[in-house]
Amino acid sequence: MTKAPHPQIVTANHLLDGDVIYLTEALDWTRQITAAAVAHDALRAHTLLDEAQSRPHEAVGPYLAPVTLDPQGRAAPLHFRELYRTTGPTFLRDEAPHV
Amino acid sequence: MYDYTAFDAAFVRDRVAQFRDQVERRISGALTEDEFKPLRLMNGLYLQLHAYMLRVAIPYGTLNGAQMRQLAMIADRWDRGYGHFTTRQNIQFNWPKLRDVPDMLDALADVEMHAIQTSGNCIRNVTTDQFAGAAADEIADPRPVAELIRQWSTDHPEFTWLPRKFKIAITGSPHDRAVTRAHDIGLRMLRNAAGEEGFEVLVGGGLGRTPMLGKVVRDFLPRADLLPYLEAILQTYNLLGRRDNKYKARIKILVHETGIETLRAMIEDAFAENRRSFAPVDPALLERLEAAFAPPDFEPPAAVPQFLSPALRSFMDTNLHPHRLGHYASVTVSLKPVGGAPGDATSDQMRLLADLAETYAHDELRVSHEQNIILPHVPRRHLPSLFARLQAAGLATANVGLVSDIIACPGMDYCALATARSIPVAQRIARAFEDIDRQHDIGALKIKISGCINACGHHHVGHIGILGLEKAGVESYQITLGGDGTETAAIGERAGPGFSWDEIVPAVERLIGAYLDLRHGRAESFLEVYRRLGAAPFKAALYPEAAERRAHAG
Repeated sequence: MTKAPHPQIVTANHLLDGDVIYLTEALDWTRQITAAAVAHDALRAHTLLDEAQSRPHEAVGPYLAPVTLDPQGRAAPLHFRELYRTTGPTFLRDEAPHV
Repeated sequence: MYDYTAFDAAFVRDRVAQFRDQVERRISGALTEDEFKPLRLMNGLYLQLHAYMLRVAIPYGTLNGAQMRQLAMIADRWDRGYGHFTTRQNIQFNWPKLRDVPDMLDALADVEMHAIQTSGNCIRNVTTDQFAGAAADEIADPRPVAELIRQWSTDHPEFTWLPRKFKIAITGSPHDRAVTRAHDIGLRMLRNAAGEEGFEVLVGGGLGRTPMLGKVVRDFLPRADLLPYLEAILQTYNLLGRRDNKYKARIKILVHETGIETLRAMIEDAFAENRRSFAPVDPALLERLEAAFAPPDFEPPAAVPQFLSPALRSFMDTNLHPHRLGHYASVTVSLKPVGGAPGDATSDQMRLLADLAETYAHDELRVSHEQNIILPHVPRRHLPSLFARLQAAGLATANVGLVSDIIACPGMDYCALATARSIPVAQRIARAFEDIDRQHDIGALKIKISGCINACGHHHVGHIGILGLEKAGVESYQITLGGDGTETAAIGERAGPGFSWDEIVPAVERLIGAYLDLRHGRAESFLEVYRRLGAAPFKAALYPEAAERRAHAG
């Protein structure tokens, strides 16, 4: 099996609230990237993606995102876009402190 | 203000009911996302990075106090207490839930608003001059024409699924504040030698990945011929516009590939045909539209307070625009406070603006494409009290047209298409030039920032344009120089290699430092210096190492 250059996770947006979500090993959705199922090879990655795509009533636009792993082996964002998806808007909003 | 007819009201309510049903069918699984997406886009609903986003139309940027107050209510009830005014004179709510959107649309319909034509490959909301109906330099108020185009274009069966989105802007003033040359169609009101009102028609403008300025396709189009002529342009585009490649699908590419002469001949042929078959616009409708946008009941001239505080005088220097009546002014309320996100307003601020419009300004508000709010009709006698209330609410930033009055798209802090962030770049530049006296010294300067090549932040027409891209896995910012969105429109020239996140603000500071060194006094603006000297001295300031290498080599 060809090894992917980086481990991958499946991410999407939640159908009802649009939140960033990740597919877990238990095939549930989580909002924590650290709880995402990590695919170390392409076959596993595509199995996870197929699972996500079979649940269009829960998730919109699932895709594979490459990740790095923290010391505990949990997923962490690799690309800055995925980083911002975990943090929400990055700037300090002086005008709307409740955000 | 345009008031809905029974037809308009029923149309908007019907559309909400349809969308409510579409949302339910999506949630139940009866509609796939592929089926639902074009339907939600037709109702202004996007899915962005972190959430859905609802883009609400503010046709020709005009609204009243009750409408602004309803936007505030929507922001509080279904969003996070703020909204973002956009470069197309609309407002975006960044955090709606899918199930709530039909209720939001119903709440909009309660005040004669909607989210139609804010997305999708249709004729989008017509934009215009934020000072329409008020400006001293105006030939005529363009909004009755904008509303006529709106009525013609909404749900037009032939033009609802165009090759790509289609944007029309119209100005009633020779001073173009509507960026007409960067639109698919730009309309400029003018009078011919016989004194008849008509339009110069521009076609094929647009920014995005292939920036182009619109070309004149008709020097003078009589006002009565507007709709059959617009229809001829759209028909020609709809037939010939490319559908095989979305990056080549805008009418600007058609103009470029076909040539304006050939295209003009085709449009004129279609126009001749249309003119025979096109029912003339009902004069009663035109009269009704003109009446809807009739000026308010202006008050007679009154004494203006003699003593004006230095802060108010500074505000008046930048935030006032000449009104057609000498004892009135149009007041721009800057949504660019230092540290704020350009174009954002909280619900409290929206309510205050509604109050101020009702109290001081004949209940009218405007949104500018530069992401500020305008009170178009303010009697000058009210300026001190108006200013005091703006000051108390932190809305009296005297920076309109200055270095910190930056256009910025939402960028990668919100937008799914973005390749880099733009709002925090604008904030950091504004902080670097926080001192308002320094800003006034630097003078007129338009910085425009886009977070991707689609150019929602109009960077190509910024005196200094900044485009955020990804380069080797990090954000990189490319600078363009000398752009101009007005009647002297120009596409900015790319300065050279991009700058990193840490380098971009110092690069802008070097540019402005170079301008201050080069100008012939304060009367000469950044753009004027650029036009006098070209890009070379600015490039030397941006890339001092390269300039030094060249000096050594020479």
